Amino acid sequence: MDWIIEHKIPIGSWMESLVDWLTDNADFIFDAISVSLEWLILNIVGLFVWFPPFVPMLATAALAWFLHKSISLVIFVVVALLLILNLGYWQEMLETFVLVLTATTISIAFGVPIGIAAAHKPWLYTILRPILDLMQTIPTFVYLIPTLVLFGLGVVPGLISTIIFAIAAPIRLTYLGISRVPADLIEAGRAFGATPFKLLYKVELPAAMPSIMAGITQCIMLSLSMVVIAALVGADGLGKPVVRALNTVNISQGFEAGLAIVLVAIILDRIFKAPNAKEEG
Amino acid sequence: MAAISIQHVDVVFGSNTKQSLALLDAGKSRQEIIDTTGDTVGVHDATIDIQEGEICVLMGLSGSGKSSLLRAINGLNKTSRGKLLVKDGEQMVDVANCDSKTLLHMRSHRVSMVFQNFALMPWLTVLDNVAFGLDMQGMNKRDRYQKAMQQLAMVSLDKWANKLPSQLSGGMQQRVGLARAFTMDTDILLMDEPFSALDPLIRNQLQDELIELQQNLQKTIVFVSHDLDEALKIGSKIGIMESAKIIQYDIPENIVLKPANAYVQDFVAHTNPLNVLKGHSLMTPLADLPADNKIQPRARCIDAAQQIYVSIDQHQQVQQVTLNGQPIEIQTCHHQQDINQLSTQRITLVPVDIGMRRAIEIKYHTGLPILLTADKQLIGVLNDDSFYHALLGKHFKTDFAATL
Repeated sequence: MDWIIEHKIPIGSWMESLVDWLTDNADFIFDAISVSLEWLILNIVGLFVWFPPFVPMLATAALAWFLHKSISLVIFVVVALLLILNLGYWQEMLETFVLVLTATTISIAFGVPIGIAAAHKPWLYTILRPILDLMQTIPTFVYLIPTLVLFGLGVVPGLISTIIFAIAAPIRLTYLGISRVPADLIEAGRAFGATPFKLLYKVELPAAMPSIMAGITQCIMLSLSMVVIAALVGADGLGKPVVRALNTVNISQGFEAGLAIVLVAIILDRIFKAPNAKEEG
Repeated sequence: MAAISIQHVDVVFGSNTKQSLALLDAGKSRQEIIDTTGDTVGVHDATIDIQEGEICVLMGLSGSGKSSLLRAINGLNKTSRGKLLVKDGEQMVDVANCDSKTLLHMRSHRVSMVFQNFALMPWLTVLDNVAFGLDMQGMNKRDRYQKAMQQLAMVSLDKWANKLPSQLSGGMQQRVGLARAFTMDTDILLMDEPFSALDPLIRNQLQDELIELQQNLQKTIVFVSHDLDEALKIGSKIGIMESAKIIQYDIPENIVLKPANAYVQDFVAHTNPLNVLKGHSLMTPLADLPADNKIQPRARCIDAAQQIYVSIDQHQQVQQVTLNGQPIEIQTCHHQQDINQLSTQRITLVPVDIGMRRAIEIKYHTGLPILLTADKQLIGVLNDDSFYHALLGKHFKTDFAATL
């Protein structure tokens, strides 16, 4: 046993050297990503903040009405947003919203095509599965460190960590949806002369849509659950007051900011979840 | 002209096709091949020609390879060896050995398909489902809706165009499936047990509808079924398959009368002969009727118990029929004629290829034996004995070839 203890495998140092190597040699790539994403997010936030609060409020209410035709949901959305405005977290709410939106968009943009490819190529999924498991189970703080080193302090390391944590959901559920498309529908598509591309977007994607939508909703929720952690590395938003409240043991601030996060979560969930639930029923 | 010509086609599923084909040639069984290479033999050495306008029914138990062969025709299953010629306009295309572009062309313009479990897209409306194949062809929305609407009207579902498939009953869903295939305007239709998932009444109704549609459209149809009654009803040719091979390919009547082996005979034993057998395979031929020259020259005894005799001239034409020594009137009944308009207690002349069910109805209606004629010549006689004989399955022993 002594021999084993004496000869420690330097896994940690390996990882460190990798990150060091990346900072030394590929710094410009990470800097470019960091600068452009930060610029993008700040400008979107700036745009939302520029509007008087009732504009995003009405837009959200209108979207809720358009998707669900439910008057109670519209009332809930308006009341919840008014409460957030009243509590003084309007700008933070917008920052969080933009962070979640960006993380989700990037996750979908990469996750859905990866999921489709994995469903078509079984070997790819064999490789992906342990990586996805790792991304979802490894404690977030652990990869927060290298992202911080690579991308510097601010909203971008928070965003990247959020994506690492949330992208597994759209990949997995897209994979699941596409690989569970009934074989006879695929056969029907092929029998009527569908090219592989038409087969994908006229048969496979519509058939897998409920599952993909579930993946997107999950992705939104996972992203939202990362706001406090993103705040630790300097991302603006509702996470910041929570972190500040934790540091100063400020119960009232912590509760108010937490309530605002919950309200945003419910709004996003209700707006994006129900359409596919309706389809299934 | 053949619309589909299947020549020595083998379909093997798996990754060691070459080795499996070699084993197949060496005469190894399906099980032995699965054990050695892990491959499944779907079709082994199938050779049939399907003529234009024919309904060819591939028949067999599940796992006999009938669906595998059907799917080879539009390339859903890859043919491992052999030629599979399908008519494309004026030429024949070998779909077993063509590029993917040709295959796509064949699928979208020449061969369409109907599926057992309908395979309708649940998120598309009935109309969009019917227009699905046209969409694959790249036709614009207005034109394809117009064509799809016409087909929906043909299967009388035009009022359901904007419903989703899940809102329709099984029978209606399969009518949508039929309309989707018919909309493609292809000469060839593949049907993979299209009515098996339906309950018997609806199944019967759809079979009748298909027969009626076929009379107007004259498509070449390859139909897979595990039900011999269905095969006999709609098929103009039947191919019986057993463990990947076609054991018999023939017209329905010959399948029933001359089963190629015990497997086919087993199927046949459970079918209803009423819809299949024809006059000439049931009758007592003229030569077998006892002659009785005492009453009249060239008189033959039709029914000894009722004392019915028929006399014919030298051209075998019926001259007179007597009952108990008294002449009785003679009437003719054509294929389309309404039986209820026939007079009772008259001798009826019918064409020799009359169906068994119709012959029994005439016998029941008139109460007298039936005379079978071809070109006005007397060929044979149908009496109660002939029907009992067939119903009891004893017709296997009659020499069919001699009387045809």
